[in-house]
Amino acid sequence: MTVTAPTPAPATEVPRSSGTRLVDRVFKMRELAILAVFLVMIAITQMGNSEFLSEQGIKDLLLNATILVLVATGQSLVVITRNVDLSVGSTLGVSAFAAGTYLQGGGNPVVAVLLAVLLGIGCGLVNGLLVSLGQVPALVVTLGTLYIIRGIDSIWVGSRQITAADLPGGFVDFGSGGISAVPYLALIALAVLVVAAYYLKHFGSGRELYALGSNPEAARLAGIPVRNRILTAYIVCGGLAGLAGALYLARFGNVDSGTGTGYELTVVSAVVVGGVVFTGGSGSVYGAALGALLLTSINSVLPALGVSSVWVLAINGILLILAIAVDRIVALRVAAALKKRNARHG
Amino acid sequence: MTHPSDTGPTPVLALKDLSKSFGAVRALRDVSLELFPGEVHALAGENGAGKSTLIKTLAGVHRPDAGQVLLDGEPTVFHSPADARDAGIAVIYQEPTLFPDLSIAENIFMGRQPRRALGRIDHKATHAATATLMKRLGVELDPERPARGLSIADQQIVEIAKALSFDARVLIMDEPTAALTGSEVARLFGVVRTLREQGSAVLFISHRLEEIFQICGRVTTLRDGALISSEPLEGMTEDDLVRRMVGRDLDELYPKQDVEAGEVALSVRRLTREGVFTDVSFDVRRGEIVGLAGLVGAGRTEVARSVFGVDRWDAGEVEVDGHALTNGAPSTAMAAGLALVPEDRRAQGLVMDMSIERNIGLTGLRTTVRAGLMDRGAERSRSLDWAVKLQVKYARIADTVSTLSGGNQQKVVLAKWLATGPKVLIVDEPTRGIDVGTKAEVHRLLSELAADGVAVLMISSDLPEILGMADRVLVMHEGRLTAEIPRSEATEESVMAAATGRAAA
Repeated sequence: MTVTAPTPAPATEVPRSSGTRLVDRVFKMRELAILAVFLVMIAITQMGNSEFLSEQGIKDLLLNATILVLVATGQSLVVITRNVDLSVGSTLGVSAFAAGTYLQGGGNPVVAVLLAVLLGIGCGLVNGLLVSLGQVPALVVTLGTLYIIRGIDSIWVGSRQITAADLPGGFVDFGSGGISAVPYLALIALAVLVVAAYYLKHFGSGRELYALGSNPEAARLAGIPVRNRILTAYIVCGGLAGLAGALYLARFGNVDSGTGTGYELTVVSAVVVGGVVFTGGSGSVYGAALGALLLTSINSVLPALGVSSVWVLAINGILLILAIAVDRIVALRVAAALKKRNARHG
Repeated sequence: MTHPSDTGPTPVLALKDLSKSFGAVRALRDVSLELFPGEVHALAGENGAGKSTLIKTLAGVHRPDAGQVLLDGEPTVFHSPADARDAGIAVIYQEPTLFPDLSIAENIFMGRQPRRALGRIDHKATHAATATLMKRLGVELDPERPARGLSIADQQIVEIAKALSFDARVLIMDEPTAALTGSEVARLFGVVRTLREQGSAVLFISHRLEEIFQICGRVTTLRDGALISSEPLEGMTEDDLVRRMVGRDLDELYPKQDVEAGEVALSVRRLTREGVFTDVSFDVRRGEIVGLAGLVGAGRTEVARSVFGVDRWDAGEVEVDGHALTNGAPSTAMAAGLALVPEDRRAQGLVMDMSIERNIGLTGLRTTVRAGLMDRGAERSRSLDWAVKLQVKYARIADTVSTLSGGNQQKVVLAKWLATGPKVLIVDEPTRGIDVGTKAEVHRLLSELAADGVAVLMISSDLPEILGMADRVLVMHEGRLTAEIPRSEATEESVMAAATGRAAA
């Protein structure tokens, strides 16, 4: 095989076949479908209640989604590698309280945010080490760290509470402020989202996350540093949960030992509704972000339509099941279509 | 065939006095092997002879306990598969290891994609390079298509393209043809010949002896982890090779006994499953072995599955000993005396993590249960009985099936079904991926069963096996029975003609 090395490749245009186009379309459709559901939902609500899409209304929608979008972005990286991080709710809670305590003592807001991110990275590092070195199922490990981090948080915080009055005014204003209808926090989340998506698509290590989620054994044989990649995914996920904690503090100004309890399940729902497949290897952070936007918007839509908010959980559940069912059906269709194509080509 | 002496004295890759043990098992003992540029070298041996260990050592998966790996004559240590890859060694495993969610181009260039500024992947160059590789291999595969859903043959092409992409000098192919059809094998061999002419060294492993003679120049034979011989194939016969592999003269690969066919045991009438097979009718008589031949995908396995009741049929009927079977009910098929030994023993025939004893016992749960509880003693004696009858080689009957070699696993599946005392036995690819010695034993067993009055329907893609074992050959093509050929008239040509739909027999 001493013939041509492929690297100085001729820029021939590669003809795209029907199979590729089909698959492309399906995946774009997956994200478009969530967007469509979201827009229809918003449109119906607006028709029922013209106050809904006021400047403040839009701002609230975006603010509500911001924190979930951040955590869901981190979670997507982990889920793409065929793992999961259930400890994000606890990480968010402890980071928020740590940042709050620091600010209470008259600290610098920027340092407070960094502190929260670092704490989150620390939690992610522990998770990542346990999962990648210990070769223990991620579900169990992160369930364990969920309780451990929450436990430490409870012991440390006790019955204390941080309220907006304890925080510097500028920090709280930043949390609720924005450029017309677009909150500053949403801009931060958007920036993180775009960077994450670009990284996953255009960098070798990003593609390797997909590869090792798609087939771990093949990834090992291809010489991908599997442990490092998984570790990185957890560190990013933890760091984003920490950042989300700081933003939570800025937005609500109110943190106690129970902050973020149960949040991990909302995050996982958003990721799955957004089309990130739980068995790894496929999905996008944009999808996960749209899933987050959809789920949080339901919280605002129902009251605006005069429906009791007790329905929120049930509707979230239905969306989740629906998303999985749709994914399954689409996967079967795609498989059948590809098979047919093979048969034609003989 | 190229002779190594013509191409220069330095082998591109060599093993010298290599030994490797796993616990108390000595998988390789003082094995040496030399691979020269421009040769296709066969590695022969029965299952358990140490072929896999040898490959994995060359691939950097295992590290030898003693001995050396020489690259261009220089001693080298591979610490990981990536080391071996960087040294220009590519391994194509029987089951290709691709990323189903990623595109063909990404599969080929994973970890080595062409880059743009700031370390970003150049997707366009990756796709173009892939298209160039596909052109060189003479295949039409869309670089942007995901690997999910590719046939095994196409997956192997992707693996070969991967090897080409990093200019591999040594290509190791572990049973690449096991799951391929005739035309796919021909295409693969075309690619292998091209690589050889371009100066690559290819190490080729196959259980199909005729393939070894077809494509290889030299052969190295292993037996029980030890080197038996390393020699040119020219002038050797298949019998010579088998003798080296097995260590004795094989009694006969196809020990078919002549049996007077009795009354009809299995009768299939106009069986149809929409879109899969159409209007399939045949009989199998007591004492007969009927071969069911055809290309992969012709619908043979699907017919067997419907007859046994795993899949429903849409029209037609199936009778065992004159009693009609219920559509889609394996339990009634079993009660009527039907047994099906499936194609994929790992996924469908065995519970890999269960003991040999319990695997054999699975089909006998009805008879070994007393008052609703398992009679473990009865299960054990029944299982032992069959394991001994079939000469399964195991350490303890309580060991898990996954510890056995492929051939012995297949015997366990057979034991499991023979223990039900079937009147009709359907075997689907009974000897795929098992070594010659065990293959002969399985054939002897089938022959004896037929002599005892069992009706045997044998699905096989191995033509010599069909010709050697079957009293009659049924041939399927694209979901229809296209020919019924008596033993006396069955030849490779007549069967292949019917299987490819070229001629009505």
